[in-house]
Amino acid sequence: MATFPEYIAQNEERDGVRFSWNVWPSSRLEATRMVVPVAALFTPLRERTDLPPIQYEPVLCSRATCRAVLNPLCQVDYRAKLWACNFCYQRNQFPPSYAGISEVNQPAELLPQFSTIEYVVQRGPQMPLVFLYVVDTCMEDEDLQALKESLQMSLSLLPPTALVGLITFGRMVQVHELGCEGISKSYVFRGTKDLNAKQLQEMLGLTKPAAAQGRGPQAAPQPLSNRFLQPVQKIDMNLTDLLGELQRDPWPVTQGKRPLRSLGVAMSIAVGLLECTFPNTGARIMTFIGGPATQGPGMVVGDELKTPIRSWHDIEKDNAKFMKKATKHYESLAIRASTNGHIIDIYACALDQTGLLEMKCCSNHTGGYMVMADSFNTSLFKQTFQRVFTKDVQGSFKMAFAATLEVKTSREIKVSGAIGPCVSLSAKGPCVSENEIGTGGTCQWKICGLDPATTLALYFEVVNQHNAPIPQGGRGAIQFVTQYQHSSGQRRIRVTTTARNWADAQTQIQSIAASFDQEAAAILMARLAVYRAETEEGPDVLRWLDRQLIRLFMFHLRRSPFLQVFNNSPDESSYYRHQFNRQDLTQALIMIQPVLYAYSFNGPPEPVLLDSSSILPDRILLMDTFFQILIYHGETVAQWRKAGYQDMAEYENFRHLLQAPVDDAQELLHTRFPMPRYIDTEHGGSQARFLLSKVNPSQTHNNMYAWGQESGAPILTDDVSLQVFMDHLKKLAVSSAA
Amino acid sequence: MNVNQHTPMASPYGQPQPGYSQPGYVPLDGGYPGPYAPYNGPASPYQPGAPPQGISGPARGPPTTGPLPVSAPHQYNQYSHSQGDMQNGPPPMTQAQPRPPVSQPYNPGAMNMSGPHPTYPQHYGPPPTMQQVSNQMSGMQITSGPPTPAGPGYAPPHSSQPPVSTAYSAPPPPSYTQAPPPVSSAPTQPPPPSGPAASQQYYGSPPPPSQQPFNSSLPPTSQQQFTSSSVPPPPSQQTLPPSSYSGPAPPPGQAPAPPVSQPQQSFPPSQPPPTSQPAFTPGPPPTAPGSFTPQAPPPSSQSGSFPPPGPPPTSAPSCQYPGPLPPQQQPPPSQPFPYHSGPPPPRAQMPPTSMAQSNHLPPGPQGPPGPPGPLQQPPSQPGMQTGYPPQQNGAFGQVRGPQPGYAGPYPGQPNYGAPAPAPAPAPPAQKRLDPDAIPSPQASDMPAVQKSRHRIDPDAIPSPIQVIEDDKAKSTEPFTTGVRGQAPPLVTTNFQVKDQGNASPRFVRCTAYNMPCTADMAKQSQVPLAAVVKPLAMLPPDETPPYLVDHGEGGPIRCNRCKAYMCPYMQFIEGGRRFQCGFCSCVTEVPPHYFQHLDHTGKRVDCYDRPELSLGSYEFLATVDYCKNNKLPQPPAFIFLIDVSYNAVKSGMVNIVCQELKTLLDYLPRENPEMDSAVRVGFVTYNKVLHFYNVKSSLAQPQMLVVSDVSDMFVPLLDGFLVNVNESRLVIESLLDQIPEMFADTRETETVFGPVIQAGLEALKAADCAGKLFVFHTSLPIAEAPGKLKNREDKKLIGTDKEKSLFQPQVGFYNTLAKECVAQGCCVDLFLFPNQYVDVATLGVVPVSTGGSVYKYTYFQAQLDQERFLNDLRRDVQKLVGFDAVMRVRTSTGIRATDFFGSFFMSNTTDVELAGLDCDKAITVEFKHDDKLSEETGALMQCAVLYTSCSGQRRLRIHNMAVNCCSQLADLYRNCETDTIINFFSKYAFRGVLNNPTKAVRDTLVNQCAQILACYRKNCASPSSAGQLILPECMKLLPVYLNCVLKSDVLLPGADVSLDDRAYLRQLISCMDVTETHVFFYPRLLPLMKLESGSLPVAVRDSEERLSKGGVYLLETGLHLFLWVGASVQQELLLNIFGTPSFGQIDSSMTSLPVLDNPFSQRLREIIDSFRAQRSRYMKLMVVKQEDRAELIFRHFLVEDKSASGGASYVDFLCHMHKEIRQLLS
Repeated sequence: MATFPEYIAQNEERDGVRFSWNVWPSSRLEATRMVVPVAALFTPLRERTDLPPIQYEPVLCSRATCRAVLNPLCQVDYRAKLWACNFCYQRNQFPPSYAGISEVNQPAELLPQFSTIEYVVQRGPQMPLVFLYVVDTCMEDEDLQALKESLQMSLSLLPPTALVGLITFGRMVQVHELGCEGISKSYVFRGTKDLNAKQLQEMLGLTKPAAAQGRGPQAAPQPLSNRFLQPVQKIDMNLTDLLGELQRDPWPVTQGKRPLRSLGVAMSIAVGLLECTFPNTGARIMTFIGGPATQGPGMVVGDELKTPIRSWHDIEKDNAKFMKKATKHYESLAIRASTNGHIIDIYACALDQTGLLEMKCCSNHTGGYMVMADSFNTSLFKQTFQRVFTKDVQGSFKMAFAATLEVKTSREIKVSGAIGPCVSLSAKGPCVSENEIGTGGTCQWKICGLDPATTLALYFEVVNQHNAPIPQGGRGAIQFVTQYQHSSGQRRIRVTTTARNWADAQTQIQSIAASFDQEAAAILMARLAVYRAETEEGPDVLRWLDRQLIRLFMFHLRRSPFLQVFNNSPDESSYYRHQFNRQDLTQALIMIQPVLYAYSFNGPPEPVLLDSSSILPDRILLMDTFFQILIYHGETVAQWRKAGYQDMAEYENFRHLLQAPVDDAQELLHTRFPMPRYIDTEHGGSQARFLLSKVNPSQTHNNMYAWGQESGAPILTDDVSLQVFMDHLKKLAVSSAA
Repeated sequence: MNVNQHTPMASPYGQPQPGYSQPGYVPLDGGYPGPYAPYNGPASPYQPGAPPQGISGPARGPPTTGPLPVSAPHQYNQYSHSQGDMQNGPPPMTQAQPRPPVSQPYNPGAMNMSGPHPTYPQHYGPPPTMQQVSNQMSGMQITSGPPTPAGPGYAPPHSSQPPVSTAYSAPPPPSYTQAPPPVSSAPTQPPPPSGPAASQQYYGSPPPPSQQPFNSSLPPTSQQQFTSSSVPPPPSQQTLPPSSYSGPAPPPGQAPAPPVSQPQQSFPPSQPPPTSQPAFTPGPPPTAPGSFTPQAPPPSSQSGSFPPPGPPPTSAPSCQYPGPLPPQQQPPPSQPFPYHSGPPPPRAQMPPTSMAQSNHLPPGPQGPPGPPGPLQQPPSQPGMQTGYPPQQNGAFGQVRGPQPGYAGPYPGQPNYGAPAPAPAPAPPAQKRLDPDAIPSPQASDMPAVQKSRHRIDPDAIPSPIQVIEDDKAKSTEPFTTGVRGQAPPLVTTNFQVKDQGNASPRFVRCTAYNMPCTADMAKQSQVPLAAVVKPLAMLPPDETPPYLVDHGEGGPIRCNRCKAYMCPYMQFIEGGRRFQCGFCSCVTEVPPHYFQHLDHTGKRVDCYDRPELSLGSYEFLATVDYCKNNKLPQPPAFIFLIDVSYNAVKSGMVNIVCQELKTLLDYLPRENPEMDSAVRVGFVTYNKVLHFYNVKSSLAQPQMLVVSDVSDMFVPLLDGFLVNVNESRLVIESLLDQIPEMFADTRETETVFGPVIQAGLEALKAADCAGKLFVFHTSLPIAEAPGKLKNREDKKLIGTDKEKSLFQPQVGFYNTLAKECVAQGCCVDLFLFPNQYVDVATLGVVPVSTGGSVYKYTYFQAQLDQERFLNDLRRDVQKLVGFDAVMRVRTSTGIRATDFFGSFFMSNTTDVELAGLDCDKAITVEFKHDDKLSEETGALMQCAVLYTSCSGQRRLRIHNMAVNCCSQLADLYRNCETDTIINFFSKYAFRGVLNNPTKAVRDTLVNQCAQILACYRKNCASPSSAGQLILPECMKLLPVYLNCVLKSDVLLPGADVSLDDRAYLRQLISCMDVTETHVFFYPRLLPLMKLESGSLPVAVRDSEERLSKGGVYLLETGLHLFLWVGASVQQELLLNIFGTPSFGQIDSSMTSLPVLDNPFSQRLREIIDSFRAQRSRYMKLMVVKQEDRAELIFRHFLVEDKSASGGASYVDFLCHMHKEIRQLLS
């Protein structure tokens, strides 16, 4: 048997699953004592190029409460053509089509290497993809121009059959009718008045009788498109022109005021429009905003520039008067969208906050993207946006739509909840634990939008009683059934079945301990912490976290923007947390503990401690915090560079040295979504603060002489350093152990 | 000659053609007249002609003129006609059936020729059926010939004719008859080239082509004639009738005839041939409605039948026919009636013609007999009428003939008895009246039978026409306004005004120019003290518009206390350092910059240099203090809001509006004709939702912005909605092109209305300017939205106490909205195109309160109503208008403006607020005493209107008026103006119906009128017997006019008057000036038998009795225009007016007269145009044929008669009034 790390890696590779414990304690009591719960990071659509789609439908357990999918862990009686469900032990007949089954002739789903398998459902119509652009027009012309270009570009990336729609907003909200000849037509709504789906439907003339109106004949035979959502191939030119003619919101903005931006209503209309035209169909609402909503439902700040947008300080003081109402508005939108399987993306590009805090649930609940940048005219936005439409080797989008994830468990274990970009479907069942962690109380979740990296944290509870024997078979099994709409329009079902051994904690504590996956556990705990931070008051979470088992990661976690709001705006916090909650383990690790590489003439690039001591004059540092890629030239290097040595032939090696981190950074930039902020700075540069704020302040102005001058750079902070933290931790550990 | 000149017949054809109209059509007709006149032989030619016309006409006609298939056919007919004649001769016999084919062949020919007109086939289809059928029906018997018109028929002409009518064969040497036609054709041809402009519409190019083919087809002989005939035309043109004769001269026989009798007469002679009669009779039947047919067929029998009808004067149909028939029926020469009486039987027809000519002399219907006729006729008439003879003067008998038919109530005879001939007899009547006393019923004269009911001679009671004519005669000098207390000429009189210190009567008219000094007197007399002010009235070109005065930054100089503006009534004192206000006597310092020395008379030296010191009307430039928010106003904006629901699109309204706007936008009002208009425009369409359009100049295509949230209206865009026309021209044109297309197949039937106005209002608010909304709306707004209405039309409520609720708005929403509109200076003009009840009472609230107008085109049909609508729209868009106006009337101590009537809104008791005030709007102001007035100072009033001009300038227009004061009632009665009093009464009453039962309102009016007259009788008139009705000279028309008010649709609706119509009229009249109310209540009725250039014929009284069935009359109400055609009108008149010789072929659905190149037609059209130009609304012309169904409508406007809805006749009402007065006196 392989070592645990190998085993873990293999499991992750094959199934996209990483458990905090890879051997499970066999009783509830023991499990509780272990502090870190049995939990898994699950990446439902982990990219598997070797996974052939199965062109038939899965075989389900016939027990109504189970309905588990036939899997390699099931016991099969080839002679009787029976199989036993490994979750409920129900014996099931194979369907007639399996008549030819035998030990040598097994269907794919019974082969061990297909613990993850993907079925393609042939039934039902092929649903088109729907992309609805919701575009803010209250922005500088430059920004708007850049945005328009990006949008026009995106049209070429869409499959020709995809339906697109356009809503623009400023003081008013305009729903553009596409494909009209001559006069361009749009429906205008007041930005201050929310409309429910029915009203909207009437006003847009989308009700049945009104379908007869105007271009009635077209609308009727083509239920899949309407005046507002039309296939790209049909209105490509039209929409391109329309976007081209898009003007900055014409309403005058007097000095000292913010433009009136009806974001809340715009989103509401977008949600409503899809709700009444394409319910339960994969659809993506892409919202591009250049500033905060300043009027109507969902407004986060008034239009007076003299009142700044809320800060954490205001929130703590309960001074953010619009926040609660706005949050409520967006939450209701998120619920409506997710109910119908629609994704809401938010691309917020502004120097100030835009209200992501209030809107976060829209993305978080629907699996949409949240992108934050300073301007639409930055490569950060442009490339990130472009990357939304990346395609896999088959040429289909890497995005999937309207997915539901169902978790089935063995009897001894139940699912407590999930944390990630999902909403509960409130499906009760035998495998639902009473104990909720994250989004619990259900064994099914809806993930409206997901991509290969989307990762959910699932928390389980061992329910086996203390005195009960180790369950028969000795293994606990969990099956993840993910149904989703592939970007090709097909409905697909991916089934991952995994199992872990039980162990009696009293007798086999060693093996349990050995099976601990530190990284996974850290992320799982971090997610939990972040979840609680989002839903509860700040200090309590930290206290709770401190009381939990703490490791190295936790030090950084505590300092990370996920929990620490100091120095971060509410929007930034929301943004960071959003990313943290959906990225896979590797990325999440980077987020918590940035990676620092050092480049010098002393040797090949090497990872170095994220510590102030790593900052040396003759080094170039490359820091990857997931959100930022930072190249830091040490003092000496910077001087050299300034002197222009890199341009001299004899110092070619220096040029190479300078180039190396840049190349590495580019590589990172290319693979990551969303694209990180790329920072090139040097010793004493203003942007160096990003580095200095991340490293462990082993040297500060308080103790800089204690460690000697020669190494590292002092950090001007009052934060405790890792050493102090550890010291304290040790003390605590000793004292509290008793 | 006279008798049987077939040749003449022919010649006339030829002649008239050249002479009258180049097109030559007329001439053809000319030929017909003979035939037309049912009486005579000419009929034979006629008939053939007619039928062919019908047949061929339609075929050709349609192609040329899309819109007026009817008219077209006629003209064609003429052409064909000539041909027909030709052909008729030949083919007639055989081809009765062939017609259809015939017509077809024509078409092709026409088609080819006319090339340009692709539309033929379409038009062709519908009209032909109608006409052909009728023609065939009528003509079948007679005119098999016509069908033949097709080429083939030519050869056989002669043979065919005989069969048709004996008369024909006999009279016309074939050559002759034919000859004329060719002649005619020849002339006709020339016309086409020259005529095209005028005639094209109808004839278009086709005619010439058609003729040519004919020519070619014509027998060689005819061609020769052509040539000859062609020569004559030129001369004929110069002098129509005579020349024409000369032209025809070729036929030797004719020459003599012409001199003797005018061309028309000549015609008749041809007709005379008794032989022709048979053929003839059939002719008339076709023309006449179904009823006639019976008579027609048996000419012989007619004679028998005739007598019976004759006796009962009342039976109209019989009478009328009889008229024509008798002649035919030679039987009783005596019976022939007046017409015939004069001339020998043959001339029976003549008379009508002669009448036309002679008519001019006698104004009334009686005229017809004409000088020549009458003389001779008198004797004969008696005979005719048999029953009635005694009373009537023979001369007038004819006239009455028709009358009896009309109204039972007034047996024609009594009327006749009176000095029927309007002209001559009238004068005597007046003499009697002058003394102010109307002789009580002249029963004595009347025959016993008739006396039973009517004891008053209608001609003995005050005649509006007489008063009007007298005033015209009196007012030859320009009217100078300097003399206080002088009443201006009547509104019906043309006069020039010289402003010498009081406002021109075009701006201000008063009910009394001599006000009673005390409230007691005023109360005693009951004469309303009111002024009708039309602040922005347009002046005729020869009068200077008010001068603009700028008093500099300080603004206009005003009295310190009452704030009256500087005016001629201010008395400068202390060497010019101060002035004393003429209104309140307060003394105010003269600002240094305005100081000027006084001359020895106490006048300022610069008195005559300053309009405000010497004129009655002038303008001040307002300063920023006079502006809203103390900000100079922006130029106003026009917003066009067009209903695009199913009905609107289907009726063609949307298309028409969009097309028209493209050109109309170049004519937005401007003050300086050199400059572009400063007015910006915006466009909205709507049905259940609103579509705004962005027409910014930078756009390649307009953008449509749909607002479906009508519950909470807002304007979706700012930039690009209101634009400068020139800058955005391309985009706007593109938009206007696309709107009809976009909604071409809409199926949306529901509309909103409240949000539409809200949208316009919001747009103006957003642009921070005043402006005008033009709303084009079709239906009751039933879609869910603010201001939604339900159908509440309930005829059962009429006559009950709840009737008033029908005039009140259904919901309060629009009142609130109107208030907001006024606050913003948003004036709303509403164009309605309803097919059913739309609740004008409610929809009109906003327009009426904002100084806007409501235009209503019920059952709008693009083809028929387009002209009227477009003219209204054009005028409405172009007319001078002020925005955001406030009017304040200040008066000298002693009286006070207490009440105001018109289209405006008042938020307090003194300021009249008008979001928009245009040059047609008048406001009636009522004054009451609050103290004593003095005879020395008189009573002063100053009306100041603060408004924003169409270029965005803030101005004050001042009208000053001074009237005398009197302590003697007689002075009051001597200086009244009845027209203005009626204006006041009507507005007062029409507002009264909002709150009182209609009957109560009417009773009030009658009472007040009785009191006025009784007061006069009691205090001013010389003692006389109580039985005598004595009317003040100035008010002798009060009863007749008041009766008209009482009979109006608003106060006394007939069964066929819709609630919407009443509400519409009610609102409409509320802002009319005196001129308009006058003609509205007492329509102008002009006899058209003879027209002279330069002067209008003298009008006749609005009574059926005054109509001669041989005449044509034009009736104008300011809203309607009727052309009434008597059943036995002369052919020549018909030819001149309609280009058709037959009464039956007049297309009563035509809305404009054919453009014919004869002086009569030209003059008539000129008159019609000038009438239209005088009125603020375009009057659609309705052609009413006697005995036609449409005559009911027409008759409604004969206001001296008893109305169908129960309104009293003038005579009856006068009696009633007399009774009331006597009651008051006793």
